[in-house]
Amino acid sequence: MSAARVGIVTFPGTLDDQDAARAVHLVGAQAVPLWHADHDLKGVDAVFLPGGFSYGDYLRCGAISRFAPLMEELIPAARAGLPVLGTCNGFQILCEAHLLPGALTRNASLHYVCRDQRVRIEQTGTAWTSAFTPGQEITLPIKHGEGRYVASAETLAELEAGDRVVVRYVGGNPNGSMNDIAGIRNEAGNVVGLMPHPEHAVEELVGAPSTDGLGFFTSILKKLVNA
Amino acid sequence: MARVIVDVMLKPEILDPQGQAIARALPRLGFSGVAAVRQGKRFEIELDGPADEAAVSDVRKMAETLLANTVIEDYTVRVEG
Repeated sequence: MSAARVGIVTFPGTLDDQDAARAVHLVGAQAVPLWHADHDLKGVDAVFLPGGFSYGDYLRCGAISRFAPLMEELIPAARAGLPVLGTCNGFQILCEAHLLPGALTRNASLHYVCRDQRVRIEQTGTAWTSAFTPGQEITLPIKHGEGRYVASAETLAELEAGDRVVVRYVGGNPNGSMNDIAGIRNEAGNVVGLMPHPEHAVEELVGAPSTDGLGFFTSILKKLVNA
Repeated sequence: MARVIVDVMLKPEILDPQGQAIARALPRLGFSGVAAVRQGKRFEIELDGPADEAAVSDVRKMAETLLANTVIEDYTVRVEG
């Protein structure tokens, strides 16, 4: 059996692609580099949109990346069911691309927040969270200046009623996100976006607060291998 | 050559912490009587030709597609002159 292939997208200004590739590798999947300027998903089984400051985050975070040639391939593929996980800037791009509802705005405190954050996994029915138990609390690093999730009252009600809030901040809301939302999913559950960084919490060696992030990667591997 | 102005503002219901920070700074500088501040973006689009109906309609499309995120922002388009 050939290894599950997870594409890691690099835009100009992406920072976390190497960590993401390493996390994919650690769980036994194959990391496939994807370049923003290519019209080519290289036949991958899933895609990880890493954090950073793609295209300098000019205009708005993710606003310009959303129109990259690669995104023209990724958006229809995600709508057709390709599993996609976006963290931090990746989450912002998914919202700008309207693959996820709402938007990420300037932290209410106006401060860039860089700390270990307690979060609760609210939904384990997604392609990326099945390795967790419902309600499980984990610790992941966060590092962002624009992570305050906002959406209209109707969208927020839809997300809550449809069990689409996947990750929620506990023990203090770091950025003023509505309903303490740290991450959400699309209706089908194949697209997930979150502000915390699971790819930075996969190895004891580097002093990460935990290896709790591994669950996101084992989840997708399990899904792809069983597919 | 014509210039078209696009103003982009966060929707009224979206919290604007940057505007709030500015509002808090003003009294410290001796300005009084300011009830609130909202911060936005202004784009000045220089056209090659005249700002006719088709050109302004194009600018409207630019605003809708890229300049504003209509999930959280409103925009207005006007021809300068």
